[in-house]
Amino acid sequence: MNNLKKWLGVVWMLLSPAVVVFMILQAVDKINKATDATKANVTLQWSIILIIFFPICIGFLIFGYYGFKGYYDQLPTKSSEITDY
Amino acid sequence: MEQTNNPKKGMAFIIGASSVGTLIEWYDFYIFGMLATIISKQFFPEDSGTSALLSTLAIFAAGFIVRPFGALVFGRLGDLIGRKYTFLLTLILMGGSTFAIGLVPGFKSIGWAAPLIVLALRLVQGLALGGEYGGAATYVAEHAPPHRRGFWTSWIQTTATLGLFLALGVIILIRDTQGVEKFSDEWGGWRYPFWISLLLVIVSILIRLKMSESPMFAKVKAEGKTAVNPLKESFGHRANFKMVLLALFGGVMGQGVIWYTGQFYAQSFLENTVKLEFMQNREILLWSIALATPFFVLFGWLSDRIGRKWIMLTGMLLGVIFYRPIFNSMLKSADVKEWSKTKYSFLKDEIKITMYKGDSVLEIASSYETHDKSRFTRVLIDTLKKGRTEIQEVEQIIVATKKAVYNNKILSPFLKWKFILLIWVMIIFVTMVYGPMAAFLVELFPTKIRYTSMSLPYHIGNGVFGGLVPFLGTLIVEFTKTKDLALGDPLAGLWYPIGIAALCFVIGAIYLPNKIDNNVMD
Repeated sequence: MNNLKKWLGVVWMLLSPAVVVFMILQAVDKINKATDATKANVTLQWSIILIIFFPICIGFLIFGYYGFKGYYDQLPTKSSEITDY
Repeated sequence: MEQTNNPKKGMAFIIGASSVGTLIEWYDFYIFGMLATIISKQFFPEDSGTSALLSTLAIFAAGFIVRPFGALVFGRLGDLIGRKYTFLLTLILMGGSTFAIGLVPGFKSIGWAAPLIVLALRLVQGLALGGEYGGAATYVAEHAPPHRRGFWTSWIQTTATLGLFLALGVIILIRDTQGVEKFSDEWGGWRYPFWISLLLVIVSILIRLKMSESPMFAKVKAEGKTAVNPLKESFGHRANFKMVLLALFGGVMGQGVIWYTGQFYAQSFLENTVKLEFMQNREILLWSIALATPFFVLFGWLSDRIGRKWIMLTGMLLGVIFYRPIFNSMLKSADVKEWSKTKYSFLKDEIKITMYKGDSVLEIASSYETHDKSRFTRVLIDTLKKGRTEIQEVEQIIVATKKAVYNNKILSPFLKWKFILLIWVMIIFVTMVYGPMAAFLVELFPTKIRYTSMSLPYHIGNGVFGGLVPFLGTLIVEFTKTKDLALGDPLAGLWYPIGIAALCFVIGAIYLPNKIDNNVMD
């Protein structure tokens, strides 16, 4: 199971920038296709989506990295394992 | 610290007082979304209906986007000064801003100030909601005995759905009593649900003032062990941050999309795609919610026995598997082409000719009833040139190849109960993922940074991933529109919740533990 966690971590790390690139391409495509009347709305929608999901994708990248490094192999059983820095 | 000897009566008060406040906050938050169409007409310029709706959706989204910030602001406060005063503050902010939305004059009266004020108040609502849930869940969990934590916190979990139920019920009652036209006026009945909020919040504040601080937080505080910088300790240290990420991607992200698909997206789908009549749509949702709500408590109770993980993940998996068949079944069951294959009778015609942007517009609405008592309205709309309102001209245009729109569908009693069952099934998925969620989150984090640590993933998962289901679902359907398929694939919007729930299921299944943490005092 720990091996699976590790290699899936790589998948998450790859998936994260892929999602960002996909969303940017979609945003450019949809904004370009929008008519003059709808351009402002479409740009607003995609800006919101990108602003929200970009940090989440970074979080997902870090999650993948933690998985790859084996930080999820052993989860804490006591709070002291979390708070004793 | 004694955790297990709370007398039952005390526990009931703790749960009741926490739940009522949280329920009211959800109510406040949902009435805005449910009245989005009217709000868009009242607060945005009338040049385009779509533009107004999108503007409102943007505000709706903004409400969800600021929730994570609310989680940070109030989570930090809750870990520094205590749970009780923090979720009292969120209640006041929520109640005040909701009441104020009901007082803002429309665009016709004060112009662009109207949408700007509404946007600002909506942001305050989002901030307040961001701080509320984590406080209530933490507060109840920190009072509950370990072997009943899932059960007791599941009462808090019912509040989101019951808030939706209350919001729906109040809106339907006022709309039904007042009539559609008066309800939708600038100072009409749509404002009453906002004003009612003030009364509910005052009652809830009075109840909450009688509550004492969480015993665990009080102990931590008395020992001088409260966090110095909860944000840094929650997200700046890998040991805790990895649990925050795990909670988000392995649990709450999937829960959010399941919650919103089963309740909000289903309602929007029935209204905009299936074209059900307004009141019947709400009635179906009310019945489904009422019949499904006890299952939050059931699954919370069950999670104390078999663990939280697999109950939540099963709910997600069922959503992934059954969403398309369920939504497809609703679409097919209300397809007028199918209804028209059997005998149906004509009821009445309503013909209107109105002016729209200098043209005269003709609308013919013909109502029919099928043999099993379903009803539908067939609407033909055409634009006539100026001065060409003579009947013979109209008839020529009606005969022309104009496509009819079917709306205001009223389902037969059999179909209505079929729809209630289908929505109920989806809300059962919600109860599975959401019922044990509070206990699951509480058990992941230590007392001194619990409020902050659990609030952020909850509101990103629920608010962002879940809250954007209707928005992104509509957007995905837009992508599928082609010349041949003018309305797009009506089920395409489901790919977003299905994809997110599937991803969350895989992560949760592999990375999450299934243990019940007996000691959340540390």
